[in-house]
Amino acid sequence: MKALSDIRVASLLALALLIGGGLALPDWALFLMTIGLAKALVSLGIVVQMRAGLVSFGQGLFFCIGAYVAGLMANFAGLTDIFVLTGISVLACLAIGGIFGPLLANYRGIFFAMLSLSLSMILYGILSKMNSLGGTDGLNVAAPTFAGYAPEGRALSLSLYLYTSFIVVAIGAILRTGFDSQHGLVSLAVRSNELRVEYLGASVRRTNAINYVISAMLGGIGGVITGLAIGHVDPEYAYWTTSGEFVFVAILAGYLSIPAVFVASIILELVRSFSNLYFPNTWQMVLGVFLLVIILTLPNGLGSLFHRRREGGS
Amino acid sequence: MSTSASTGTPALETRGLMKSFGAVTAAHDITVSVPERAVWSLIGTNGAGKTTFVNMVTGYLHPDQGTILFQGQDITRLGPREVTRAGICRSFQIPQLCSELTVLENVLVALAIADPKPPSFFRKARESAAEDRAMEILKRFRIEEHRGRLMTELSAGVRKLLDIAMSMCGHPKVMLLDEPTSGVAAEEKFPIMDLVMEALTAENVTTLFVEHDMDIVTRYSDRVLAFYDGRIIADDAPDEVLSDPQVQRYVTGTAPAEASS
Repeated sequence: MKALSDIRVASLLALALLIGGGLALPDWALFLMTIGLAKALVSLGIVVQMRAGLVSFGQGLFFCIGAYVAGLMANFAGLTDIFVLTGISVLACLAIGGIFGPLLANYRGIFFAMLSLSLSMILYGILSKMNSLGGTDGLNVAAPTFAGYAPEGRALSLSLYLYTSFIVVAIGAILRTGFDSQHGLVSLAVRSNELRVEYLGASVRRTNAINYVISAMLGGIGGVITGLAIGHVDPEYAYWTTSGEFVFVAILAGYLSIPAVFVASIILELVRSFSNLYFPNTWQMVLGVFLLVIILTLPNGLGSLFHRRREGGS
Repeated sequence: MSTSASTGTPALETRGLMKSFGAVTAAHDITVSVPERAVWSLIGTNGAGKTTFVNMVTGYLHPDQGTILFQGQDITRLGPREVTRAGICRSFQIPQLCSELTVLENVLVALAIADPKPPSFFRKARESAAEDRAMEILKRFRIEEHRGRLMTELSAGVRKLLDIAMSMCGHPKVMLLDEPTSGVAAEEKFPIMDLVMEALTAENVTTLFVEHDMDIVTRYSDRVLAFYDGRIIADDAPDEVLSDPQVQRYVTGTAPAEASS
């Protein structure tokens, strides 16, 4: 009960901080924060898998599916309600993750990483060739509505940011509960010793498949919000460099802490924005050096600053 | 070779198990029948086939030929998870622990998995009832003081006990211990075996353990299977087996030296 109330208190504090910060932020920073938080959800999906020892290099698959489902629903079915679009995208990712999850759960290490990457690249190839979906140019996405409310200008940016904040806090709380659950602990055990887990009577494959499906849904939510915030979706969402950025954030954050993933994602967006401004031709090098420093100084990621797993603590 | 000494259904029975790795035959016609609540030891030199036998019974390896029956049910083709779920657990020569988890968390994992329902996403792993049960188990094996430690901070003896404690969380009917005292300091061997056997006999667990220390074999087992070259060359009470000339020659190395010509 104490842990549950701790999660509630932390969630309310995080929500207050996000709302308060959002109201004070200028437009450009509001957009950057929305994108940073949305993409953090996608990276959080990788973190869910990292806790069981797997790293997906194809998280762009679900990011792209989420974004395209929202774009297609808005353009072809006239659906602009963000709640409905999020729900449909999550269901689409759940279905596709449910198909591929049990298959990919048979693989480990580089095989899992490459197979997940290949799926996202197949989607990239298909979307690039489909002129009916805009080909490589992609689609413009209509501005979202919020249960009948159709804001414009700063109100739209703020509404989208607040929606993202609520989603982020809700998912953070659910995942914290999940990380502390039986499934969460078994995932950590899988990461440490698969043989032991099987010899205790649990299915490593089942654990990994569940994590993949959770990861898929998180990717979808991140994709919807990013697509709606940018107002445009294109096949680059599924490209390997996009997936690489999600892996970058997951490694930067580590698997120990959920807030660290959001911090890492926002740092990436900030570094990218400012490096792009001041070092337009070498900003990737700045990112690379930054990641190198983090790996050397904090091998378990930024999360190890907030979260120590000792004395029976999780 | 049949070893059935029980009138009821044996806890564990193997019939004609064969296993080869290329040209090497690791198991040749292994037939045993282990009655319930028996404590048997498996002895033999390295490569004699003891661990291959344990691996076949626990589903890690599948025999090329032969049948494995657990309480009369065929488990020959089951994998480790299904075998464990059926009621056969094992410990390992090199303890298989979750290195990134604490001692308490290792036991909590074992308890969560031992639950008949699959590990839940919405049920806390560290709820007080589970922690109490985990502490009970740690106390039973007298390793509760290590609850917050990681595996790298544990002695070999504590690791062995934790490995066995985790296997016991599933309330097995049959337990196979692969060298439970190997790598353990000499003075720790008997205390460790006392703790382990006390826990196993308290739950009426049929036990087979692989062992190289003949003092432990004679003290704790009521029957001994001596393996050599993938075969069982002796199968009897400890004193009988250990005085068998073949066992002395091929297993224990205690045969009197032959007169040189």
